[in-house]
Amino acid sequence: MNIALNRFSLALAASLLFATALAGSANAQDEGLVVYNAQHESLGREWIDAFTKETGIKVTMRQGSDMQFANQIIQEGDASPADVFLTENSPAMTLVDGAGLFAPIEKETLDQVPDQYRPADGMWTGIAARTTVFAYDKTKLTEDKLPKSMLDLADPAWKGRWGAAPAGADFQAIVAALLQLKGEDATKAWLKGLKDNATPYKGNSVAMKAVNSGEVEGAVIYHYYWFGDQAKTGENSKNVGLHYFKNQDPGAFVSVSGGGILKSTQHMKEAQAFLKFLTSKAGQAVLKDGDSYEYAIGKDEPSNEKLTPLADLNAPKVEASTLDSKKVVELMTAAGLI
Amino acid sequence: MTTSGNRPSKAVAFLFQRVKASALLQDNRLLASGNQTPVVPRATRMVLPRGRMPHASVILLATVVAIFSLVPLGFIGWVTYDVGWETVKTLVFRPRVGELLVNTVLLESITIPVSIALAVTLAWLTERTDIPFARLWAWLAIAPLAVPAFVHSYAWVSLVPGMRGLQSGVFVSVIAYYPFLYLPVAAALRRLDPAIEDAAASLGLNPWRVFFRAVLPQLRLAICGGSLLIALHLLSEYGLFVMIRFDTFATAIVDQFQSSYNSPASNMLGGVLVACCLFLLGFEVLVRGNERYARVGSGSPRPTDRRRLGWLVVPAVLLPVILAILTLGVPLVTLGRWLYLGGTDIWRIDVGSAFLQTIVLAIVGGVLATIAAAPMAWLSVRAPGRFQRVLEACHYYVGSLPGVVVALALVTITVRLVLPLYQTFATLLVAYVMLFLPRAMVGLRASIAQAPVELERAAMGLGRTPGQAVRQITMRLAAPGAAASVALAALGITNELTATLMLSPNGVDTLATKFWSLTSEIDYVSAAPYAFMMVVLSLPLTLMLYTQSKRTAGQ
Repeated sequence: MNIALNRFSLALAASLLFATALAGSANAQDEGLVVYNAQHESLGREWIDAFTKETGIKVTMRQGSDMQFANQIIQEGDASPADVFLTENSPAMTLVDGAGLFAPIEKETLDQVPDQYRPADGMWTGIAARTTVFAYDKTKLTEDKLPKSMLDLADPAWKGRWGAAPAGADFQAIVAALLQLKGEDATKAWLKGLKDNATPYKGNSVAMKAVNSGEVEGAVIYHYYWFGDQAKTGENSKNVGLHYFKNQDPGAFVSVSGGGILKSTQHMKEAQAFLKFLTSKAGQAVLKDGDSYEYAIGKDEPSNEKLTPLADLNAPKVEASTLDSKKVVELMTAAGLI
Repeated sequence: MTTSGNRPSKAVAFLFQRVKASALLQDNRLLASGNQTPVVPRATRMVLPRGRMPHASVILLATVVAIFSLVPLGFIGWVTYDVGWETVKTLVFRPRVGELLVNTVLLESITIPVSIALAVTLAWLTERTDIPFARLWAWLAIAPLAVPAFVHSYAWVSLVPGMRGLQSGVFVSVIAYYPFLYLPVAAALRRLDPAIEDAAASLGLNPWRVFFRAVLPQLRLAICGGSLLIALHLLSEYGLFVMIRFDTFATAIVDQFQSSYNSPASNMLGGVLVACCLFLLGFEVLVRGNERYARVGSGSPRPTDRRRLGWLVVPAVLLPVILAILTLGVPLVTLGRWLYLGGTDIWRIDVGSAFLQTIVLAIVGGVLATIAAAPMAWLSVRAPGRFQRVLEACHYYVGSLPGVVVALALVTITVRLVLPLYQTFATLLVAYVMLFLPRAMVGLRASIAQAPVELERAAMGLGRTPGQAVRQITMRLAAPGAAASVALAALGITNELTATLMLSPNGVDTLATKFWSLTSEIDYVSAAPYAFMMVVLSLPLTLMLYTQSKRTAGQ
């Protein structure tokens, strides 16, 4: 009798033990520096690998999106498992900064980044940049038929002809810039135009692919998706041209990718070293030489030479540290876009 | 009265178990209709005399599981209450929700009838006609289950890049999910008593009318169960619809989650989604009706004749061939093409580690779900009662919730109330247990029902305590069923996406989440190995599902 009993309890106990051991070992395992990465997974990986190679510091990456992480960090508060937060755009940085959860960045790191790519208070820093473009179907649109301003796309004449990825953080940063530049009413009106006219896609690369296959004539995306695809097979961008709005148009907005350190971190030294590395020559070289095609923003650090230089983009002047992401999500929810 | 001759397959049992939430109050009726597992005549069935069994402790255990199951629903209720009616109104009664509702209604109301027509035709061909290679077609009809739904759409989108919207949504949904209908319908056809058809024919009905008036009505339970299962899947499916750009509540909730983490807006969408689930469950009860389908009387039915197809054999064979090309050919060829284009470079070390993590999570999750389901499974067989039915309803309803909703609740609860559990394997496993609890109940219930209660009694007569008797007799006899439960839950965990994305510990990647992040960068080539490994993992489990349905149907 006891044999049967034992065998059963043994099996039960074994599986329970297995489960707890698994959970336990995974939790006890030293994660090193925990980075909440809302940057592209591949770029985050490249940076981290280069950093670990140079310093020997172990880094664990959790992948997500800008606003998801920003709100998550706020809910986690002091108990956040994250040490460092990297984003694609700056509004999420502003949100976390506003909640008072960032620790000041070391001066040496800040000195590596020009003033216009970081907030004055030094609570986070820019690490890369990207510019808004209108990716258009070269076989359908010629120079003279392109929109002069991004705001023109709200015009009924553009109904059904363009696309965007409104649910993404990338796009929400553009809307945040628009909100700062033109105010709430103009933004509302433009979002309504977007809802009426544009085809929504999941992600910039998908939107570009749609332009390429002739589904829409153009899409508001960031520049590097095109360069990235061209560098690979060009399969998703062979019919696509890039139109830079310039003229300080909201559509010429340059969005700053941010990096910040959580006040609650137990790894302050390593975290500071990480951001210092990202903005250093070696870190910025990952942008220049890798396949991310984002702009390097470090002082005197060159970007990939295939890109139109940042200085030539004639971007509007936007105060990155005050972009209001919360309001943007509100407006977009009200407009029925998310 | 007996229910012999109506011995259902485990697969069918699974389908019905899954929808049991709606059927709880009709338990007896279901038993009588032969669509429940017990095969022992009711009078001597497995219910034990009161007071002799460890009811109290088992009920306590089952209650604990049931309370856990209520957490997601309670959470949505709490958020709703917390934000206040005004906010709820602005978040729920807005055009966007209307759009999503229209999308959902259209999707369901087109996909389900198409799937029914397809599954019934195919099942009839393979079970009741002299179509050549019937067994092969039956196999191929079930095999698409081994391909995760979002891999189906990945295959189609890379073949036809312009696929999007409602039509594509319906098309891929039918392809990915019709086996859920084929399986129970074929099983039901297999064990129909031909005497009813003979009677109908002798009354002068032509073969078509015999089919519609005598055969089809008898398939009603199978069709309702399968349809409900597909309908619930359509509500919770995320990857499939994102890939072909069709917005549903599940995709919109994830969008909201990514824009604002855990806002009232995403929870309100979750609330509407839960309401849709409950509506479907209720609707199915209405449609299923109260008729009896059981054979009454002694003896067993004679084997059914297979109908001669004659010249119709050509179109008849074409149907399963075309279907196999669409459901299996396309995914395999696309996968093969990407794998070939990628060469050996795409088999990075990550594939191996994701494979391992997936297997471990699937097995541990499957085992835990089975353990959690055990008290309820035992109770519902050995000691059914009114309170037990309520408990059982809690077990079943949670499995009909989309992963997104369960994950949203667990994210907030762990971060606010039990922080040490936040972003741990423990929480992820709790989510898996909740989501796949009904699957785990299936095999267990079936096999406990087949373990004669007399043996337990004999053991007690020989001096074992009730607890010992259950452990030494019933649990051991139920072991094969428990294994099936683990496998079914593991299959679900292997393909689970949204809850894993939201809850997984730092640095954990499953095959599904890796596949997902690569496809969202439209890196189809690098995504291919992950998809391939998911199919490799799912194939043996699907195979088991099939052989079990055959075995228990007596073939």
